Amino acid sequence: MNWSHFFTSSVGKKIIMACSGLFLIAFLLVHAGLNACIWAFDGGEMFNKAGHFMGSTVVMRILEIGLFVFFIIHIVQGVVMELQNRSKRGSKGYAVALGNRGSKWYSRSMAILGLLILLFLIVHLGHFWIPNRSNQGWLLGEEINLFKEMKEVFSNPVWVLLYTVGVIALFYHLSHGFQSAFRTLGLTNHKYINIIQTVGLIYNVVICIAFIMMPISFYFGWVQ
Amino acid sequence: MEHYNMNLTLKVWKQKNSQSAGSFETYQIKEVSSEMSFLEMFDVLNEQLIHEGKEPIAFDHDCREGICGTCSMYINGRPHGPWHGTTTCQLHMRAFKDGDTIVVEPWRAKAFPVIKDLMVDRSAFDRIIQAGGYISVNTGVTIDGNAIPINRENADKSFAAAACIGCGACVAACKNSSAMLFLSAKVSHLALLPQGEIERKRRALDMVAQVDKEGFGSCTNTGACEAVCPKEIEITNIARLNREYLAAGLAADK
Ligand code: HEM
Ligand code: SF4
Ligand code: FES
Repeated sequence: MNWSHFFTSSVGKKIIMACSGLFLIAFLLVHAGLNACIWAFDGGEMFNKAGHFMGSTVVMRILEIGLFVFFIIHIVQGVVMELQNRSKRGSKGYAVALGNRGSKWYSRSMAILGLLILLFLIVHLGHFWIPNRSNQGWLLGEEINLFKEMKEVFSNPVWVLLYTVGVIALFYHLSHGFQSAFRTLGLTNHKYINIIQTVGLIYNVVICIAFIMMPISFYFGWVQ
Repeated sequence: MEHYNMNLTLKVWKQKNSQSAGSFETYQIKEVSSEMSFLEMFDVLNEQLIHEGKEPIAFDHDCREGICGTCSMYINGRPHGPWHGTTTCQLHMRAFKDGDTIVVEPWRAKAFPVIKDLMVDRSAFDRIIQAGGYISVNTGVTIDGNAIPINRENADKSFAAAACIGCGACVAACKNSSAMLFLSAKVSHLALLPQGEIERKRRALDMVAQVDKEGFGSCTNTGACEAVCPKEIEITNIARLNREYLAAGLAADK
């Protein structure tokens, strides 16, 4: 069993999905934490400081490359696996489907939910990451005022709505993904399942509320 | 339990052979007793078809007592029909009422090609077992089954996994046509016992490789398999299989 066999078998592919997914879960925690600085109600001073740290620290910029790599691996592997799995049914489907009698709709819709997140992600990078990094150049140059940028973007109801849809997709993706990742890595048994599900739910609710409140806080002028 | 008779409409998948396209046929069947089993109802229908000079419906069956796993039918959108933890042969007509329409389809998976009508070729499962679902024993006189002490918890878990009858309902129900519930039952059954220790590492890797070769999909943990399994094999076995695979794959030195 060499490495390429190990990671390309039906179980190996899932190990890649789970590891990259868990990395993204860790990233979102950091991301949400930084964004929460807007609720310092100091006109964005603390938020911009946090953003500056992330944008101008060499270690963070290197980690950022890793983040992109994991995102790409997760997305490409996810889409490839979904297409491969679909082809295994054969030419005919069932006339009467099992539907929701055995599984949750979102557990069967991970790729669609993932693509919704991807759509959101592209818009999101276009709003903040690209303008900021292009202003900075490849090195650690001057940053734009991200707080001001947020205020502007989130005065537009279209973007507020799109961000909300993105977060809802994330909520359902993680409702299945969090516990699925642990089972894939073989860490689930009767003893741990309750802990995994509880932690997953708390994580999911906290992260999604934090993210959804950002555009809303700006739109309604709660954060100035 | 009160006995009653019912008239039913059956929509059954008819397909000449693995190459032909196939389609649904509609049949009427009268005076079906609520005490019949589902397969007995099919026997009666086939008698009726033979009398009418029509071709009977081909379906797989053997033990008719829920232990052989051959009676694969996808009944009203659920493998083995509406009863939880029950094979098609153990399903009784009291699960239905007068005037019902019942749709019966074969398992649908590339790895289980239709042979004829409701019969599918499940030999992929046999080849998966051959790839690693065995243990080594000494030849000679039969060894006393109780010679090796086994702790109670493992014996129970292993026994529960060994209840898998290889029927393929898990594959039929899965959106990915994944065979992981079956495979995890077979791997767990042996991995939990000292007798299974000798081939333990090779087993997980070889059986996963065979599953892939047969064309089953990746497991995405939706849980549909567990919900329809007539032997109530638990999905936690899949976590154990993944654990076995990880441990064996990481420890392998080539
Ligand atoms: C950006 C586009 C994304 C796409 C296209 C995508 C797609 C997928 C797909 C197809 C699966 C496999 C389905 C399954 O295992 O049930 C999956 C699983 C998963 N995803 Fe995503 N995803 C995306 C983003 C994310 C993000 C942002 C996160 C986390 C913050 C995430 C976390 C997970 C986790 C934890 C799993 C479970 C792995 C497992 O089942 O073992 N995904 N994703
Ligand atoms: S795990 Fe259950 S559904 Fe799958 S083959 Fe075994 S008995 Fe049938
Ligand atoms: S005929 Fe043997 S399990 Fe149904």
